[in-house]
Amino acid sequence: MPTAKVNGQEVEFEPGMTVLQVAELAGEEIPRFCYHERLSIAGNCRMCLVEVKPGPPKPQASCALPAADKQEIFTNTPMVKKAREGVMEFLLINHPLDCPICDQGGECDLQDEAMGYGRDDSRYVENKRAVEDKFLGPLIKTQMNRCIQCTRCVRLSTEIAGVSEMGMISRGEDAEITSYLEEALTSELSGNLADVCPVGALTHKPWAYNYRPWELKKTESIDVMDALGSAIRVDAKGSQVMRILPRVNEDINEEWISDKTRYVPDGLIRQRLDRPFIRVAGKLKPATWAEAFAAVAGKLRATAADRIGVIAGDLQDAESMKAAMDLFASLGVKSLDCRQDGAKLGRGPRESWLFNTTIAGIEGLDRLLLIGTNPRREAPLLNARIRKAWLKGKLNVGLIGEAADLRYGFDYLGAGPASLSKLVEGEGEFFKDGKAVGIVVGQGALARSDGAAVLNLAARCASTFGGTLNVLHTAAARVGGLDMGFLPRSGGRDVAGMLKGDMDVVVLLGADEIDTSALGRAFVVYVGSHGDAGANRADVILPGAAYVEKSGIYVNTEGRVQIANRATFPKGEAKEDWAIFRALSEHLGAKLPYDSLEQLRAKLMADHPTFGQVDYVAGTSRPAPGFAGFGEAGALSDAPFSNPLTDFYLTNPIARASVTMAECSSSLAASHQRLEAAE
Amino acid sequence: MPGILQDKDRIFTNLYGFKDPYLEGAKQRGAWNATGDILSCGRDWIITNMKNSGLRGRGGAGFNTGLKWSFMPKTVTEGRPHYLVVNADESEPGTCKDREIMRHDPHLFIEGCLIASFAMQAHACYIYIRGEYVREREVMERAVAEAYAAKLIGEDNDFGYPFHLYIHHGGGAYICGEETALLESLEGKKGQPRLKPPFPAGAGLYGCPTTVNNVESIAVVGTILRRGADWFAGFGRPNNTGTKLMCVSGHVNKPCNVEEAMSIPLKQLLEEHCGGVRGGWSNLKAVIPGGSSVPMIPIEQCETALMDFDSLRDLKSGLGTAAVIVMDRSTDLIRAISRISYFYKHESCGQCTPCREGTGWMWRVMERMANGQAEMREIDMLLEVTTQVEGHTICALGDAAAWPIQGLFRHFRPEVEARISSYRTGKPHVQGAALLAAE
Repeated sequence: MPTAKVNGQEVEFEPGMTVLQVAELAGEEIPRFCYHERLSIAGNCRMCLVEVKPGPPKPQASCALPAADKQEIFTNTPMVKKAREGVMEFLLINHPLDCPICDQGGECDLQDEAMGYGRDDSRYVENKRAVEDKFLGPLIKTQMNRCIQCTRCVRLSTEIAGVSEMGMISRGEDAEITSYLEEALTSELSGNLADVCPVGALTHKPWAYNYRPWELKKTESIDVMDALGSAIRVDAKGSQVMRILPRVNEDINEEWISDKTRYVPDGLIRQRLDRPFIRVAGKLKPATWAEAFAAVAGKLRATAADRIGVIAGDLQDAESMKAAMDLFASLGVKSLDCRQDGAKLGRGPRESWLFNTTIAGIEGLDRLLLIGTNPRREAPLLNARIRKAWLKGKLNVGLIGEAADLRYGFDYLGAGPASLSKLVEGEGEFFKDGKAVGIVVGQGALARSDGAAVLNLAARCASTFGGTLNVLHTAAARVGGLDMGFLPRSGGRDVAGMLKGDMDVVVLLGADEIDTSALGRAFVVYVGSHGDAGANRADVILPGAAYVEKSGIYVNTEGRVQIANRATFPKGEAKEDWAIFRALSEHLGAKLPYDSLEQLRAKLMADHPTFGQVDYVAGTSRPAPGFAGFGEAGALSDAPFSNPLTDFYLTNPIARASVTMAECSSSLAASHQRLEAAE
Repeated sequence: MPGILQDKDRIFTNLYGFKDPYLEGAKQRGAWNATGDILSCGRDWIITNMKNSGLRGRGGAGFNTGLKWSFMPKTVTEGRPHYLVVNADESEPGTCKDREIMRHDPHLFIEGCLIASFAMQAHACYIYIRGEYVREREVMERAVAEAYAAKLIGEDNDFGYPFHLYIHHGGGAYICGEETALLESLEGKKGQPRLKPPFPAGAGLYGCPTTVNNVESIAVVGTILRRGADWFAGFGRPNNTGTKLMCVSGHVNKPCNVEEAMSIPLKQLLEEHCGGVRGGWSNLKAVIPGGSSVPMIPIEQCETALMDFDSLRDLKSGLGTAAVIVMDRSTDLIRAISRISYFYKHESCGQCTPCREGTGWMWRVMERMANGQAEMREIDMLLEVTTQVEGHTICALGDAAAWPIQGLFRHFRPEVEARISSYRTGKPHVQGAALLAAE
């Protein structure tokens, strides 16, 4: 390996690294504004200047300079110091001195570097430049006076999000960053613009002036807005979650998160169920826990087990599903289901409901077939990963189902199961010369009457072309529920069966995406955090905790078990969900055998060993050839696949309670219409 | 006969446009003569001869043209064609030599494009013409059409080397004369310089090996190869050989464009070709010898300066494009430099920090100094700002903005100090910048 000397210290480095990366290997921190390791190199801020030998007698931009063998790099010479101080002064002359009212204050790269390279006074006596603020939609607030033209936002939106809607207009000191026609950005990843902005030019509009970063308690956790389980950091002030930021997880979200993940916290303070309710004479009346438990226990005791149904929702942690499953199974209840959308999954080997290629594994594919899914809506970061692989030029994407604007090119191969059959029979050229094939089946292809047959066909497709089969889920709770077998026992009913209107008691465990009008005359118990469709129909409400208010296990679509942490406490009298079932079990005289979350987890892991493999993913170790047990062969319908999510921003009760998500939903729809009209 | 160069040794024999610029006239003056023989001598012969001629790039940087050509890959990779791009975005204030070539000797230029492209195995050549050069573009287009019609260039031309020539008309931005910004602009993007490395010879236009040359460097190729490298190398001092178009403007009696031998004394150039400085040599104050971006030299240095790269470099100035701007004693040098600063502030692309922020700052301070509305200590501050810009930018525009100011203060600092003092005279409470800030 080549070696270089950084300030006299010798380091080995990989060929192809830049001088900046080599200096970091040696532990030398290089200040930078425009350089971002996941974006292309712009080299325009000139803050990362270093001295290299051999080289010209002037400082070089280390971010863009390839390191060479036997190179000597100096990061602390007078020349370097003077160059950086000069650049810092230039950046500051037209930067407003409004740090005290700037939302970036305290976590601002410019502020931090100014401590090292700034002057204590200003030599610039002319007027500062004024730049008009731009409209970038409901999520990103702009203060363009603060912009230092690093173009990170332009590169992020173009390269990662795939929307070429931002750019720099004019030139010289009049250069301004703006969006195309000042329309709202149409990306699901726009919140990341504010993250990469090194100054306070782009900040988060929904959180403006709400907090100072040093006031916040930071909790590392896991996101539940989609089935990827992105790594997040939940920042809370007192009892309120103020913001959610991404953490780095190379295997899942790299360092981005979707707008829904990020801006959902205002949904955590609205529509909250903070005390038990009992429906009296048609109206929900506040009640004590004891009254509520008595009402539920009384009803359950009076009802035959086969007349009771339990439906688990999309955001449930594994512990609460386990506690509910244990409790109702001990009562003899057979109608349990965690598949609100009715997907035909859960009867084969575990691989038949997992994303076996893994998210990071997409980058190693050269053919990817999407069946009945719109990853841009269902899992924006998976979509970003596909785009990343596609940009490298190796990956060909094919789509069967509803055509959509995915921000990368794909071959449209048909609308329904018939097109998939033809493909399996060898028609078409899509798989020709494909060496690493991935098939992704979405819920749009599985949540239909012939879902099992489609899964089987997709598995045959994977086996024919030597690929891996992947199921892309839309709900964070789904894989956990399937893994533990939260499914109808023999003779029990699934969700569709329970919605025939003839059950006597239905327990909704955070289940709001069902047609509640089809519950008929059933006595409905709702356990959950938000007053949404389920609570609206409930006869008894047992208030639970939202995902940031409890420590819970979630299994993502890859089958990766992750533990979310508690950032705040449940609202009002609400309890953690598992504890509600533990308490209810005592009222029913069927005491659950665990008194703490630890004991519950131990039982969960003992009964279902996959839950013990935290942060582990089996990955591409492919299931047995032939994909036995993946769905079942059967008649295929002629109906085309339809995408399950119609509105990315309003998919779950928390998002539906969020004002920000509602604004996004309406403004982006309106913006789309205006742009289409203009074109 | 004035000057050093004799008429028989001039390359641009129609520099003043007295004769027919098009194919018939050009052929009579020697263009397209023996072009086929030159090509038949082979690539190596051409590049070796160009190296031996000592031709240094005429766009301002002065890099050996033959050497630059030799940096191109020796073989053409499949799917990565070579390109020759000619920089006709002549926007440097004071410079108007390429304009005359395109107006009056377009065929020498087109012939040079063919020979240079042949030497670098490029089958396509782009000429990027400055946005303001509308008539020049029209002449070029007509000349190119003539050359196509006469089968001098084109897919199946008489020389058997498929070659296409495209004329691209720019939008009129100074920065697009920087070679990588020019390539960006040619690709249809915003004209902003690229980071180097990679250099254009490795990854230039559309990511393919590309050489960017100045119009004059290309237009002289045919004549050099016809008359021999030794002939061309016989003019000027070693390392500064050949003939050169010089553009003299400003306070001389007869401003002119003239082809002269390199290393002609500046004084001889002004006296013999331009009718002398207005009001006599002693009325001279300073000369900017190479276009607005090089530092000025005062009259004492003008006595001895030679018009070549090394002599002017030793005087801490530069030959640049040999655009001599003469300023006599009536000139307000501070105002002149302030105007040049405005130009660079206006033309900065805004990509990198020191240039974007520094050019505006320097211009504003210069503007105040031209009025005298400044403080003495701001002179040193301004000079420090110029050093903060110089050498810290992606392209050379930052340097070009800094050097004229440095040149002014190197030779005429007392004049600025006097301006500041006189502004304060009788105004005991004036505090330069503080006053301005209050206004």
